[in-house]
Amino acid sequence: MSKIIIGRYIPGDSIIYKMDPRGKIIATFLFIVIIFLANNWLSYLFLSIFTLLAVWATKLKPKVFWDGVKPLIWLILFTSVLQLFFTTGGKIYWHWGILNISEYGIQNSIFIFIRFVMIILISTVLTLTTTSLEIADGMEWILKPLGYLKVPVAQIALVMSIALRFVPILLDQAVRIMNAQRARGADFNSGGLIKRIHSIIPILIPLFIGSLTIAIDLATAMEARGYREGAKRTRYRVLKWSKYDWINLGYFTLLTLILLLTRTY
Amino acid sequence: MKDNIVTVQHLSFTYKDTKHPAVNDVSFNIPKGSWTTLVGHNGSGKSTIARLLDGILLPDENSETLIQIDGITLNEKTMWDIRDKVGIVFQNPDNQFVGATVEDDVAFGLENRQVPRLKMQTIVHDVINQVGMLKFQKSEPQYLSGGQKQRVAIAGILAIGPKLIILDESTSMLDPAGKDKILALIRKVQKENGLTIFSITHDINEASQADQILVLNQGTLLASGSPIEIFKDESLIKSAGLELPLFYKVKNKLIKRGITVPQEIDNEKKLVNYLCQLNLKM
Repeated sequence: MSKIIIGRYIPGDSIIYKMDPRGKIIATFLFIVIIFLANNWLSYLFLSIFTLLAVWATKLKPKVFWDGVKPLIWLILFTSVLQLFFTTGGKIYWHWGILNISEYGIQNSIFIFIRFVMIILISTVLTLTTTSLEIADGMEWILKPLGYLKVPVAQIALVMSIALRFVPILLDQAVRIMNAQRARGADFNSGGLIKRIHSIIPILIPLFIGSLTIAIDLATAMEARGYREGAKRTRYRVLKWSKYDWINLGYFTLLTLILLLTRTY
Repeated sequence: MKDNIVTVQHLSFTYKDTKHPAVNDVSFNIPKGSWTTLVGHNGSGKSTIARLLDGILLPDENSETLIQIDGITLNEKTMWDIRDKVGIVFQNPDNQFVGATVEDDVAFGLENRQVPRLKMQTIVHDVINQVGMLKFQKSEPQYLSGGQKQRVAIAGILAIGPKLIILDESTSMLDPAGKDKILALIRKVQKENGLTIFSITHDINEASQADQILVLNQGTLLASGSPIEIFKDESLIKSAGLELPLFYKVKNKLIKRGITVPQEIDNEKKLVNYLCQLNLKM
């Protein structure tokens, strides 16, 4: 379970850690949009430099970023290879049936490869340097305008932060249930597909009941502490916009400008 | 007579899917500033009483039923005022931790009461300090032990400044050392804040240290009184499905053997001293 890199947070103390999650989330989303502005070698070069600088600024070991890319490496290679063989145009170096390797094909496959890796790297920068709690807070702020459409943003935020809080507890519980079932002879790692699905049932049912019990207990505890559904509440945790967030914003704007300037039309 | 902070008269409660009442015509008083313990074996309706006192459950309709806490009569309208006066620490430390970190959790009750943020910060800091968790202020619950989580729960209750703390088997999931520490902490905050404690337990040793004991069996109140009065009668405790604490077992056996042990001897140390004196006289 500990191998999952998505959503993993590694504590640290570099400049990226000091940034406001709102700024980081917005910048990450916009990054995925502006990445499509790049369409020539120069713009891809700048894109890579800016991304690698952001990665470097986290002061984390390169290995954790490699762990982020690794699970998707086959998808990346598959897409790049398709681009390589099926794009026509420019000089043709090799030709066989419908397959051919052309100048544009090589170029496109390298672009796609860079694009993929950069998106993964930037989103890994976000998840590694921001606790899930900060992400939930940031998302709440971003979702706030939906309040005008009668979307219960405060309730959704509470649900998000409770859900995040119970992820480690439920993981623990799942491991404990698996061990308990193993002690009674259950086997989770062998047999065909059907047998494996069958062997999940003795984990899922207790886990489901367990989470309902937690929900009931927690609801009682919340009510006993004065929580009223839909009532106004004040907030203890607030996000603060600091000078680091202006750096973040400035950095992102600079990248956008450079991409616009170097783009060929 | 001291004032009563809790007055309960003719309280009955029946769960929807059962025929027999979980709590049957229970009446008792809790004096201000005292430590009252409700004992009973599993399924005797102890936790139900805790939930009834806080308005989480509403009693069966009966004109004679009265629950009064600090002068306020509990009904659907006053429920939220009552909750400002009563704090409950529940059994499972994991399932009552609402916030994502210690300070968030302590602030939860204050957020619900719309306390402004600056004021919240001082209160949160103070109460976390009071329960000795300042070092863990920013910690997430999965890095805390069960005893530490219960400390946080106590801090969360102290933050809203209640009059009465209900401990609903709060120590039953802790190891013996954690249990003793939590009970000592509660004694400390009781003194510092002038609180009344209503603890619910099946740990008879914990009960023997209370000012008043209520014995509950299958929803009915069998007896109430000081530990000395209650533990005199072994058959009463047996009929509630409980065992006497070791000290009282020894004391009662001595009395049976014809050794006169005075009433006022109510703990191990006094008994040891008394027996040593007896030895000298012989």
